[in-house]
Amino acid sequence: MSSKVKLATIWLDGCSGCHMSFLDMDERLIELSERIEYVSGPYIDRKFQDYPEDVDICLVEGSVSNEEDLHKVCIIRERSKKIISFGDCAVTGNVSAMRNIFGPKECLAHSYEELSDEDSIKEPIDIPKLLESVHAVHEVIDVDYFLPGCPPPSDAIFYVINEVLEGREPNPSHLTRFGK
Amino acid sequence: MATKQVKTLKIDGMDISSIQGSSILEVAREHDIYIPTLCFVEGLCAVGSCRLCLVEIEGSGKLLPACTTQIYEGMSVITNSEKLLKYRQMILSLMFAERNHTCAVCVSNGHCDLQAMLQILHMDHIKVPYMFPRLKVDATHDRFVMDHNRCILCSACVRVCDEIEGAHTKDIEGRGIKSNIITDFAQNWGDASSCTTCGKCVQVCPTGALSEKGKAVSEQLKRRSFVSYLKSMREDVL
Repeated sequence: MSSKVKLATIWLDGCSGCHMSFLDMDERLIELSERIEYVSGPYIDRKFQDYPEDVDICLVEGSVSNEEDLHKVCIIRERSKKIISFGDCAVTGNVSAMRNIFGPKECLAHSYEELSDEDSIKEPIDIPKLLESVHAVHEVIDVDYFLPGCPPPSDAIFYVINEVLEGREPNPSHLTRFGK
Repeated sequence: MATKQVKTLKIDGMDISSIQGSSILEVAREHDIYIPTLCFVEGLCAVGSCRLCLVEIEGSGKLLPACTTQIYEGMSVITNSEKLLKYRQMILSLMFAERNHTCAVCVSNGHCDLQAMLQILHMDHIKVPYMFPRLKVDATHDRFVMDHNRCILCSACVRVCDEIEGAHTKDIEGRGIKSNIITDFAQNWGDASSCTTCGKCVQVCPTGALSEKGKAVSEQLKRRSFVSYLKSMREDVL
């Protein structure tokens, strides 16, 4: 068990489509499970606070958009050997970053005041504050590899994980691209 | 009687001869040598605006665009090298960073020359920070939409409107980072009286900057071959 490679995934500001595409590897997941131990992420019931200290590979879905994302992404960098930007939101900011054109104030005002039926808007409590702008993951922490696509096709995910397992440097540009 | 002279040159070490006055890009294409470009459209004037076709020429200290550089006797050209790939990747990075190309939600997703170029140049991310400029979408025309967020300023629309359609509805205003495609006197496209609604600009646009209304993403395929056909037809008549 201990000889297996520790794989984690994390879901920041994204739609979870990349995690869905990961599951589309179907029976290849069984093949992967012989070499990989899944230690943290949305597929299992484990809190982020318990993110292990010695993760080998972490796939990051989503962009860094609020203070919680920022906190999490710094922790996973400390505790993971290889970080892979997983999908267009992590690689480019993608749809999540479209608010950068307007800024968070204007965006919130439009979504929650102008379009709201309520007369008065309550101050939000206990939710993470939005950052001034949305960032691709590599703008915030060092990223080892990139896996673009919206979502990345399962073939590309399988290829990248295998290359990293084999100690090779993946470049999945033959299998995927922005918007794929 | 002046006859066209033949020039001999080397491209990537291969001995080649072609007619004087040809560009490096034309000669390379005649010999199935691929040089990347986003602004060159067969049948339109070459302007060297995208810079992706930069090549190395022996004896010249600078890189020159293959589409606007004419061949000469004894020339030796390199179309592909580590250095050129790095420059081309940076050029593409700058194009993506300069505007808001959110490929996942683009009308041209899946059939966009800019997007395809990422794969041709083996790119999996953009190397510079994005600028996120606030730009307009002009949907005032009955049939077409101009989305400035997705424009790479290749000027193919300006050239086809001027050189083939003869309307010159489109032009470029501003300089440098402020450059922008306009219609007539920087009016809304729907108010541009010189536009003949021919749609040639939409067909030559390499990205989703120009699109047709009422068409699904999968139907937004661009057809460019008409340009050289129309041009040769006109030359025959004249």
